[in-house]
Amino acid sequence: MQVTSQTFKSNASVALRDAALQRALKNLKAGFPGKRAAAIAKLPEFDQLRDAGRDLKNHVLEHLDFYLERFEAKVIEQGGQVHWARDAAEARQIVLDICRSVAARRVTKGKSMISEEIGLNEFLEAHGIQPVETDLGEYIIQLRHEHPSHIIAPAIHLNRDQVADAFHAHHGPYGFTERNENPRALMNEARQVLRQQFLSADVGITGANFCIAETGTTVIVTNEGNGDLTQILPRVHIALASIEKMVPTLEDVSTLTRLLTRSATGQEITVYTTFSSGPRRVEDLDGPEQFHVVLLDNGRSGMLGGEFQDMLRCIRCSACMNHCPVYGAIGGHAYGWVYPGPMGSVLTPQLVGIDAAGQLPNASTFCGRCEEVCPMRIPLPKMMRHWREREFERHLSPAAVRFGLGAWAFFAKRPRLYRIVAGVGAWLLRRLGSRKGRIERLPLAGGWTAWRDLPAPQGRTFQQQWAARQGARS
Amino acid sequence: MSDAREQILNTLRRGLQRGPVAGERRAELEARLAHPPRNVIPARALRPHFEQVDLFVQMARNAAATVDPVTHPADVPVAVSAFLDCEGLPAELVMAPDPELAALPWSEAPTLHIERRAAVDGDQTSVSLAFAGIAETGTLVLLSGPYSPTTLNFLPDTHIVVLRADRIVGAYEDAWDLLRARGLGMPRTVNFITGPSRSADIEQTVQMGAHGPLRLHVVLVGG
Repeated sequence: MQVTSQTFKSNASVALRDAALQRALKNLKAGFPGKRAAAIAKLPEFDQLRDAGRDLKNHVLEHLDFYLERFEAKVIEQGGQVHWARDAAEARQIVLDICRSVAARRVTKGKSMISEEIGLNEFLEAHGIQPVETDLGEYIIQLRHEHPSHIIAPAIHLNRDQVADAFHAHHGPYGFTERNENPRALMNEARQVLRQQFLSADVGITGANFCIAETGTTVIVTNEGNGDLTQILPRVHIALASIEKMVPTLEDVSTLTRLLTRSATGQEITVYTTFSSGPRRVEDLDGPEQFHVVLLDNGRSGMLGGEFQDMLRCIRCSACMNHCPVYGAIGGHAYGWVYPGPMGSVLTPQLVGIDAAGQLPNASTFCGRCEEVCPMRIPLPKMMRHWREREFERHLSPAAVRFGLGAWAFFAKRPRLYRIVAGVGAWLLRRLGSRKGRIERLPLAGGWTAWRDLPAPQGRTFQQQWAARQGARS
Repeated sequence: MSDAREQILNTLRRGLQRGPVAGERRAELEARLAHPPRNVIPARALRPHFEQVDLFVQMARNAAATVDPVTHPADVPVAVSAFLDCEGLPAELVMAPDPELAALPWSEAPTLHIERRAAVDGDQTSVSLAFAGIAETGTLVLLSGPYSPTTLNFLPDTHIVVLRADRIVGAYEDAWDLLRARGLGMPRTVNFITGPSRSADIEQTVQMGAHGPLRLHVVLVGG
């Protein structure tokens, strides 16, 4: 997938002016945060579970080599195969080779962000294999030739009329000639069209929410059942997983699923949690004849032992983006690559480079909600700050930002001068503010005031207030 | 590709500033895998068995499953037949070829047409036997195997699951203990199923019956 994070600022401006997108984003804000809060209110142990989940993942990361090797051994023991991929190109080639070994023409796919990360669909198509996304959201955006805008709700940027248009344009050959906007009817259409694809696919590709070292098992957490039809009907099941998905035992995965589903959709558990170990057994009446796991690194191994190691605890619940004011205002596509929102702002610079994605860690007000809701207690703001430091050190930040920081540093090192200038600034801004106490337009700050008002200072400077408060205490 | 394997493992070890895990540390990790410790278990799962059964029913219904408690195993065929009547569904079943299901008195529901096999497209209603039920979230546990083909859980529009109340446990961890006690290792597929299939991918509005069954009906025996 092409990276367009370089143009984040203009992407964001376009998104803010996109009326359909803004309408769709209201569904996000109205839905996820409230559902999460309600689910957590019903589980008094939630914070205890968060601590346990964090400690568990830290344990895994400290011994990731051990658990990867054990997982591999257990998969092989049950008749499956494990393939290691250093980067996206290796992973794509592994999948293509498996597909070719069974002369596959059609591949059904369950939802997988790793598949997006390695650009699998375009690659398979270029080699004459038809990939069919079967998750409803993924299917909709595949018809529209788009990428997901959210890691668990890929079509959240769309409204029902846009879905109706896409189905109307593509479902005629299946006998659906009338345009329908009813969500229930739209889903029925997709169910019937995709059922035929499930039955005729040669290979099924799913992601993996977790990989269990104890048993050599991959786990998918879903609601639709498409992931299951993808993996039980074709002759070959390929599970795509990144290396940090390892979890030691069935007990440990139980802890993480309790956190994952409540943080994601606010469900106590999803409809389907499926544990897959090896290919079908000799006496089984159904199931795939081959089971392959592709383990993707793609820059993750280099995060161990460094300041971004904590990011590898992420279980891809999406709570950070669901609660992010920036994501809520611009949606996921503006971030310009696979992973949007706060987790993407930390992960994307690591996976595609800070020179391409340096703007993302700046797309945050540091309000801290992401860290507050993260089930794995990942210090997302702190890590975005690390990226900002690196960007500054490498002279990648824009001249205006560097000038501004330089000017601030000049005054900060001269406290007397700072006090005078801050006092003048506060006075001036108060004069500029209307009677409402807000500034609607400000020279050099159009980027801010074009979208919202700047609150005008109401009195003295912070330092003056602080000094007064200290004086009052002593 | 073994190059890739070695390189990934080496990079991990360089980051962790050590070689392969060995000695006492390795023994500790092995012991943790051999005797998996439990982490935090929600208090709601830790209650007397009869209350776990009640919780299972309540949670399964919250997840939009229907639950029909019957007293004896012999009541199952008539209960299944009555459910199909009530829902206006044809009296045709594809049933898991499980000896425990086969032993039920199906002749007491003579209108039922039953085939014992895996599911194919077009089958309307399937019947499976649950390995366990988990009270914590009203979750059914189904294991793949010659007696329990996985396609039955996903292809038909209506999925009927027979669950013995004495197979209901409190937490997920209790179900794993039952599975380990079975002594056969992991089956190809373990399905945790909680309610019928659904999707909220269109405007975040939940619609039932996405790709899997539209209806999930539990016949709870001895509850």
